[in-house]
Parts: sequence; C-alpha cells; structure tokens
Amino acid sequence: MRSTGPRTPRPLTLDPTPAARAARRRRARGETATAWAFISPAVLVILGLSVIPLLWSLLLSFRADDLVTPGRWVGLDNYHALSKDPAFRTAVKNTLIYAGVYVPLSLAGGLALALALNRRIRLVGLYRTLVFIPFVVSATAQGVLFSFIFDPEFGVANSLLHKIGISPQGFLSNPSQALYVLLLISLWSGIGFCVIVYLAALQDVPAELVESARLDGANRAQVLRHVTLPSLTPVTVFLVLWQFITALQVFDLVYVTTKGGPLGSTTVIVYFVWEQAFQNFTAGYGAAAAYVLAIGLVAAAVVLRLYRRHRERTEATGLAGTGVVQPEGAGR
Amino acid sequence: MTAPTMTQGAASSVSAPARRTERRRRLPFSPWHLLLAPLSIGFALPLVWLVVSSVMTNAEINRFPPALWPHGIDLGGYRYVLGNAMFPRWFLNSCIVAFVAVTSNLLLGALGGYAFARMRFAGSRVLLALMLATMAVPFQLTMIPTFLVMKWLGLIDTLGALIVPSLVTPFAVFLFRQFFLSLPRELEEAAWIDGCSRLRVLVSIVAPLARPALATVAVLTFLATWNDLSWPLIAINHDAHYTLQLGLTTFQGQHHTKWSAVMAGNVITVLPVLVAFLFAQKTFIQSLTSSGLKG
Repeated sequence: MRSTGPRTPRPLTLDPTPAARAARRRRARGETATAWAFISPAVLVILGLSVIPLLWSLLLSFRADDLVTPGRWVGLDNYHALSKDPAFRTAVKNTLIYAGVYVPLSLAGGLALALALNRRIRLVGLYRTLVFIPFVVSATAQGVLFSFIFDPEFGVANSLLHKIGISPQGFLSNPSQALYVLLLISLWSGIGFCVIVYLAALQDVPAELVESARLDGANRAQVLRHVTLPSLTPVTVFLVLWQFITALQVFDLVYVTTKGGPLGSTTVIVYFVWEQAFQNFTAGYGAAAAYVLAIGLVAAAVVLRLYRRHRERTEATGLAGTGVVQPEGAGR
Repeated sequence: MTAPTMTQGAASSVSAPARRTERRRRLPFSPWHLLLAPLSIGFALPLVWLVVSSVMTNAEINRFPPALWPHGIDLGGYRYVLGNAMFPRWFLNSCIVAFVAVTSNLLLGALGGYAFARMRFAGSRVLLALMLATMAVPFQLTMIPTFLVMKWLGLIDTLGALIVPSLVTPFAVFLFRQFFLSLPRELEEAAWIDGCSRLRVLVSIVAPLARPALATVAVLTFLATWNDLSWPLIAINHDAHYTLQLGLTTFQGQHHTKWSAVMAGNVITVLPVLVAFLFAQKTFIQSLTSSGLKG
C-alpha cells in the first residue's frame, strides 16, 4: 500500500540503530493497518454470517416467531414440544436410518471400488472418471433425473423390471420404498467421493511394507487384511464422519423428489426445519429442531478433533503428498 | 469370487512368450476389465439416459413400456426449453452468482489468507481460530437467521441475497493460508526490502506461484454455488431471480407431461459442471482429496 522503507537493499544481520528500530516500529504499525485491510472483508462476511446467525438462532429457538410479526419469549417450550412431536420423531428416525445405511454402504462400496480401480490396466482412468462423475451432478439434477427414471408409469426402471418379469413398483410414491430409493440415488453419487479419497490414500500405503509382506509369504488377502487396511484407518475415520455429516444434512434431493412424502416417509431433520420455518411459519420451532441437529454434528466434530489430536501426537509425519501441506504441524 | 487367473497378473505378466500367447488366447485383456467395465458403465448409465431421453419425442417417452433408445434425435425438448422466456434468464442468474462468488473468493480469500500467513497483528490467532470454528457450523443451523440478516439488509428476493453469503468462505481463506505458508519466505523478502508494498508482493510474486490453490478454490466455489438449491429456495421468491437449480424444480411440476423438455433443461443445468470437471479433473480430484484428508 505504501512504501516506507528505503529503496537501497540492506543486510538484515546488522544490529538495529535507534533510528532503524523506530522505522521498524512505524513499519509494524503500518503493517497492522495493512493486515486489517486485507482480512476485514473476509472477517466481516464470515463472522457476520455465522457467529451472529448462530447466536440469533439460539435466541430464536427460545421464542415463538413467524419471521414477520414480533415474536415472544417462550423459554424451553419449543424443545418440550419437539420431544413430544411425532413428526419430529419420524424425521429423526428417517435421518438415522438414512445415515445408518448410507455411511457403511458408501464406505464399503467406495473401498471395494478403490481397491479394484487401484491398478495399472488400460482404461482405468476412464473407469475412475465414470465412477466419480455422478458426484459433481447437483442433487437437484439427480432428483429430477431419478424421479423420471423411477416414475411408476413412464419410468425406465419399471420398463426394465417388466422385461425381466417383475411387476411394476411404486418407488418414490410407495411409503415403504421411498426412503430406500433415495438412499440408492445418494449412494450412486456419494460412492465416487469415497473412491477418490481411498484411491489417494492407497497411493500412500508404503510399497516397501507390501513388498516385505509378500516376501514373507503373505497372499493377497493377508496383505489386504494386515497391511493395506490398517494403513487406511485414518482415512476411514475421516470418511465415516464426513459421510455421516453429509447424510445428516440431506435436503435438496428430498425437496426435489418427494417433498418429505409419501406420508412423511422421507421427512428428514433438515427438511423438517425448512418446513417449520418457511412453510408453517414457526421459525422458533424450526430453530430448536436445527439446534438438536447441531448437537449431533458438534458431537461428530469433537470426535474428529480428538482423534486428530491423538494422531498428531502419535505420528508426526501425517499424510504426505496429498496436496495441502501443513508446515506448522500440530501448531493449532 | 475371483477367477484363478486374476492373481497371475494375466496378460501383463512377464512369463515365457509361449505361455503368454496361450494365456492371451484365453483372455486378451486383464480380467479386471470384466468387473470394472460393467460397473463403471452402470455408474454412467443414468447420465446416458438423461441425454438419451432429452432427445426423444413425446410419443417415445409416453408409451408403456417406454422406449429404451430413440429412433432419431428430436430437439423439440431443447427448443421448448430455450424458447421459454425464463430459462435463459435462470441460466444467466446462475452464471452471475457463480462468477461473482468465484472471483471474490479468489480475491478476498487470497488477501485474508496472505494476511494470516505472513503478517503479525494483534488478535490474528483468535480471529483465525474463530474462522476455522465456523467451518464446523452447518448451514442448516444458520439458515433461518441468515434469512433474517439478508432481510434486514433488504436483499431478500434479489441476486444480492445469493451473492453476499458466498462472497468468501472460511475454507478459501484457510486453504490460501496453508498454501502461502508452504511457499518459501525468501522469495518475498527481497521485494519487501526493496520497499515493495504487501499488496504488490502478493499480486506480482505470490499469486503467480499460487496457481494450484487458486484453481482449487475456483473449482470448489463454482461447484458449491452452481449446484446449491436450499439457499436460493429460501432467499428467492420471484421467478425472475431464480437460479437454474431452482428453476428446474418448478419446471418439473409445470411440464410434467413434457419429460423431454424437463430432461433437456436438466442437461443444460448439468453440462457446465461436467465440462468444468472434465476440464479440471486433476485439480478437482486433488482438491477434494486434500481438503478431505486435511479437513
């Protein structure tokens, strides 16, 4: 911004004279101003749109509020009502079923695919791309596409089932199938992420370790069981948490395909929050439900933090060669 | 589960030429292709169907059971979509929001990241910790008050409501900081001593070296803003300010019988992301894995 220093280069090792020291102090003051100029836009946007809303949300959850007229303080009534609300209970149940199926299947499928894709054969790059591409398709586009594919009348899914002699299914319009059809769609797009992360991690499995195990007479299954899988543990822990958080936050797909129906069979927590705040105009109630979700997420984040601290202490090297470097090590 | 030949490394193994030709006759390629080819085609199939159904005629789509392959290419669906007064507008809105978000995340993210990486100022550690903490806050928790903040700013139902919250993310600041920390300080020191301003050093020395970080932030920001539905759904009421994703959801209801048009609209929505992905595949995957593993 401004150049206060002299233009001539000077050696840094010289003992500072009083004049130089004063110049450095001036410089430091100028630097603080520059630093604040650099960070203030980011600080304003990020803190303004997270810390303020976070506190506001907590406040809202203690109020009866419709976002239009002035609300009133109701204390813990919203949380009380939530604990007795069968619709919220269904939403929690659906979310847990969803996460409980999505997390293990996407990890197992991702690991199996990554192991299969982790070899030097022709076209393997193409295979990887094809497996990963659904991940970048928006949940909206997925929802529109699959509500067409699974349309009970015009859908290609029933047409294929018809060909192999299975009677037409209701899919998204059948309360006992809808949640599982949604799961299938999210697995289709979500597995790719696990594959990519596992593939990156497989590159870091020490080759010498595998080689020495082979020399000691271990077969493929034993190498996998005793060498490969243990070295993937940190990545697996990360993926469990990441996929769990993704599963808890599912909304777009539900909104586009079923709108929580039929008969509430696909109402998940975030959909419940949105419905309360922006459809039923009970924002305080929705905010309370959001805080219940947040407690689940915070618990997951705490586990991640604790695990990472533990890992940083046990192995100082971390995962090298995967992109962003952390030169400070455990400096956080 | 696996065929016995799988453990042998099949065609690529370095055995005697005679044995190799014999094995080649049995299977001229690695047996892994038998597993991987159908699987990966299976993953691609829904997207193939998306494109295929977008060029079908209504007669082909509406008969039961529906046709699995079109007889010819019918562009009626695309004509219908592009002839719709609103659809090009939604496309433009999405482009504007994504473009502003990408540009400003690069600018503000790099500025903030550089200050955190290279400058000492009071409160920097606390601020950084606070910013990192906000990464753990789920959007769903703040969406109701964010709506209230935007309403207070008078931005609800304008593109501004979509742009302001995505101007800069803590992730962009953090990623730039980490990248700048990994650059050797010596590169910049000579310029500081020569009296270059910090901004000048950032623009002309650091930024050209930071291409991987810039690409990562650009790609992830584009993906996040282009694909988002939930925030536009809350912040926008009037269809002139819809994004493509939001428009698509109403499109489905309005034109339920005209599936080819719905699918054509879907193709147009997905296409920019697919192109971006194929174009920047390496960066894309690297950024996902690195952000994943490093959190």
